[in-house]
Amino acid sequence: MSTIVDTWVKVCKTSDIPENGGACALLGDKQIAIFNYTITNEWFATDNLCPHKQQMAISRGMIGSHGEECEPKVACPFHKKTFSLKSGECLSGDDYKINTYEIKIEGDDVYLRV
Amino acid sequence: MSAKKNVVVIGNGMVGYKFCEKFVAKSGSGDFQLVVFGEEPRPAYDRVHLSEYFTTKDESLLTMATLDWYLDNNIQLFLGDPIVYIDREGKTVTSLKGEKVSYEKLVFATGSSAFVPKIEGVEKDGIFVYRTIEDLDMTIDYAKKCKTGAVIGGGLLGLEAAKALMDLKLDTHVIEFAPRLMPRQIDEEGGQVLKDKMESLGTKIHLNKNTSFFGGDATVKSMNFADGSVLNVDIVVISAGIKPRDELAIKFGLEVGPRGGILVNDKLETSDKDIYAIGECALHGGMIYGLVAPGYEMADIVAEQILNIGEKEFKAFDMSTKLKLMGVDVASYGDAFGTSEDHDAIVYKDKIKGVYKRINISKDGKRLIGGILIGDAADYNMHLQMVKNKLVLPPNPEDLILGARNGASAHAGAGVAALPDDAVICSCENITKGAICKAVEEGDLNKVDEIISCTKAGSGCGGCKPMLVDLLKDTMKKMGKTVKNHLCEHFAYSRQELYDIVKVNDIKTYGSLLVKYGKGHGCEVCKPAVASILASTFNEMILKKPHQTLQDSNDRFLANIQRGGTYSVVPRIPGGEITPEKLIVIGEVAKKYNLYTKITGGQRIDLFGARVDQLPDIWEELVNAGFESGHAYAKSLRTVKSCVGSTWCRFGVQDSVSFAIEVEERYRGLRAPHKLKSAVSGCTRECAEAQSKDFGIIATDKGWNLYLCGNGGIKPQHAILFASDIDKETCLKYIDRFLMFYIKTADPLTRTATWLNKMEGGIEYLRDVIINDSLGICSQLEREMDFMVETYQCEWKEVVNNPELRKRFKAFVNVQEPDNQLAWADLRGQKFPEGWGTKYAVAKGLK
Repeated sequence: MSTIVDTWVKVCKTSDIPENGGACALLGDKQIAIFNYTITNEWFATDNLCPHKQQMAISRGMIGSHGEECEPKVACPFHKKTFSLKSGECLSGDDYKINTYEIKIEGDDVYLRV
Repeated sequence: MSAKKNVVVIGNGMVGYKFCEKFVAKSGSGDFQLVVFGEEPRPAYDRVHLSEYFTTKDESLLTMATLDWYLDNNIQLFLGDPIVYIDREGKTVTSLKGEKVSYEKLVFATGSSAFVPKIEGVEKDGIFVYRTIEDLDMTIDYAKKCKTGAVIGGGLLGLEAAKALMDLKLDTHVIEFAPRLMPRQIDEEGGQVLKDKMESLGTKIHLNKNTSFFGGDATVKSMNFADGSVLNVDIVVISAGIKPRDELAIKFGLEVGPRGGILVNDKLETSDKDIYAIGECALHGGMIYGLVAPGYEMADIVAEQILNIGEKEFKAFDMSTKLKLMGVDVASYGDAFGTSEDHDAIVYKDKIKGVYKRINISKDGKRLIGGILIGDAADYNMHLQMVKNKLVLPPNPEDLILGARNGASAHAGAGVAALPDDAVICSCENITKGAICKAVEEGDLNKVDEIISCTKAGSGCGGCKPMLVDLLKDTMKKMGKTVKNHLCEHFAYSRQELYDIVKVNDIKTYGSLLVKYGKGHGCEVCKPAVASILASTFNEMILKKPHQTLQDSNDRFLANIQRGGTYSVVPRIPGGEITPEKLIVIGEVAKKYNLYTKITGGQRIDLFGARVDQLPDIWEELVNAGFESGHAYAKSLRTVKSCVGSTWCRFGVQDSVSFAIEVEERYRGLRAPHKLKSAVSGCTRECAEAQSKDFGIIATDKGWNLYLCGNGGIKPQHAILFASDIDKETCLKYIDRFLMFYIKTADPLTRTATWLNKMEGGIEYLRDVIINDSLGICSQLEREMDFMVETYQCEWKEVVNNPELRKRFKAFVNVQEPDNQLAWADLRGQKFPEGWGTKYAVAKGLK
């Protein structure tokens, strides 16, 4: 069991994350999915693990928005289960959820706190 | 047998079946037991569309109702067992197999047989009639060894039979006794236009010909005519009219007409009031009605009489008809010849296009009384409604056939909205406009298919379907509803509309399309759909910024994601042909990266278990050995399978492998609404299974047959023969047009088979667009396809050589480590994912 420090950790450059998409970071033995919306410059971080079939895949999913409120969401590439990037709630009707994490941008660096 | 009273039906043809359907639907309590005796070995089938059997050879498509239907509705059905004895005193019937059944009421629905003129030699082998599926099977079988065929009879059925002979690739002749084709339906000038048109399609028409005898020994070799001329033939199909099946009625003392047909009154009772006759065996008012619509009306009336729920009587029936003969529209409606009253005829004739239109206008210029349409019968339904409902004609009645001129609307005062509620739209099922609109409103119907299943309108000959479309649109509009086919919550447009928007406005990115025409941030539905449209239009590399994150999971990494999150790799092997050197390369790569290997269904090799970070390295080796992406991950052309063809096979008639490679290399990488599969077979044995593909090609000794819109999958569907004996260039030209038309118009994730099933007008419409260029878009479609072919590039070659793109293929952005969560097991000496392939999934025991 590796230790995860409860502080902000610099993980990568903003350019390492594809525009309007996601990528994965490894913190200790934990896989964290990082997403960004280029137009609004919003950043989100969640588990990379999809609870449906326990696949390490969320970071490879497509992002978008849900409903009039424009809830940011991601669809798992395996079976298109979608999750809110804000709350981690499943938006496609199942009762599991994913964890979300704090993320911030300073300059062109991406920081996570897990 | 049950205590219920029996209603016995003799005959299980279209009308006999319709009687059962109506009777079951109307008899609430079920006081009666229906007992049906049919002579043929199969339950009732659709004889109107019999000629389709020549191309499909699939009798299930013609079946009116399955055996289960009879069972479910508690109908006793005896097939292959005709009635041979009727005891009218004791009210019983006895069948050939000895089944004796009592009856309360007896219904003759014995139909008709082909009228065979007494010509010397008519008993020879090779002479057939055109009536039942058995007749067709025998004809098809015999025709295999024939080159030249003749049809006796230039009427409606004769021309249908001629189409069938054409479909069997015979040199086809039509022999008509009268001086023109279809003498009952169309006038002399129309007959001439129809003859010219049929001859331009390759059928030879002989008019004023009286056959005196058939030449040949045991088998027919020639037809010898009264004027001394001779036609050498290998096969003859007689379709010179129908003869009511009244022999049983005659034998048991029912009255018949002087030239046949069981005499019935307006209640359709025969001379015995417990016995009815309906359909083509019945003679009413001196007429035998040889169409289904009046037969169905008779079935309805008798069902109501027996159930004692109606007083309807049969009146002289409208014999208007519209059909497609060899792709040529022919319609005749109302008083087509204008014999019933004084009239003025307006005639339009275009010899070049083969179009003839005639309308008969009442003397006061206010009403349409009848007409004839040849070559273009699009306005048939509207004209017929104007006749039936005595609608007032527009001020310039010639607009009806000449179309809009000087900016005026051709349908001024016409259109479905102008029809009264009691206008009969579907004459087969006798369903009015009012009933259809009510069903749409009350049932909240949105599709024509729903109207058909809900009201049965359009389930007979199908001729009224265009009107159903108009009625649906009109009614929905009145209800304030719009027909929605929106892509998703982010775009209020259909895929086809978005395609046009992208093309017309030259929009090259998803972002600008979303800003101008959509809302929100998109989703997993619209992003890949638009990515596909952009790729099909501009053909830019799909991983180029900003397209990369629009791509669906597999396209995003140019590989197929599998359990555990690893990928499989499929190099293109065009036509399934591969050299030993290349096979060895695949083997070596698989060994080096420890990949599970399997031969795919599409004649290539799939390498499973590659981590995302390994993909570029694997592909570097494959690309260097001359492989290209196989696009197994994409909604685009997958493979073109082939059999080995004439280069090796002793049966092959063309080089199917070379053609398959040419086809695969032409369309490789073409992005489409869904995946595309193809195959080329070197002979009719069809080892490449081309008839289960989106487009399949089968060699003939004269060229190639092209089949379109088949698929395997959840609901397999055979591809339909689209064009025969065409050369390679024509074949590719048609495929170019077909694929681009599909790309332009299909909904997302719709295979070509489903696309065709939803298409108004079906395969005939598609033929019109692709072969006859009815939309005038073919040259554009070809240009667009040429652009796609010219701009093709192998996506993997691009990635291998582009460090920026290559960087995206790694597990983590912050460390150079592979995914540490994969779980592997061993099976038959190869690795495979344990359960769902991750340590988490294994820990949870997910299967």
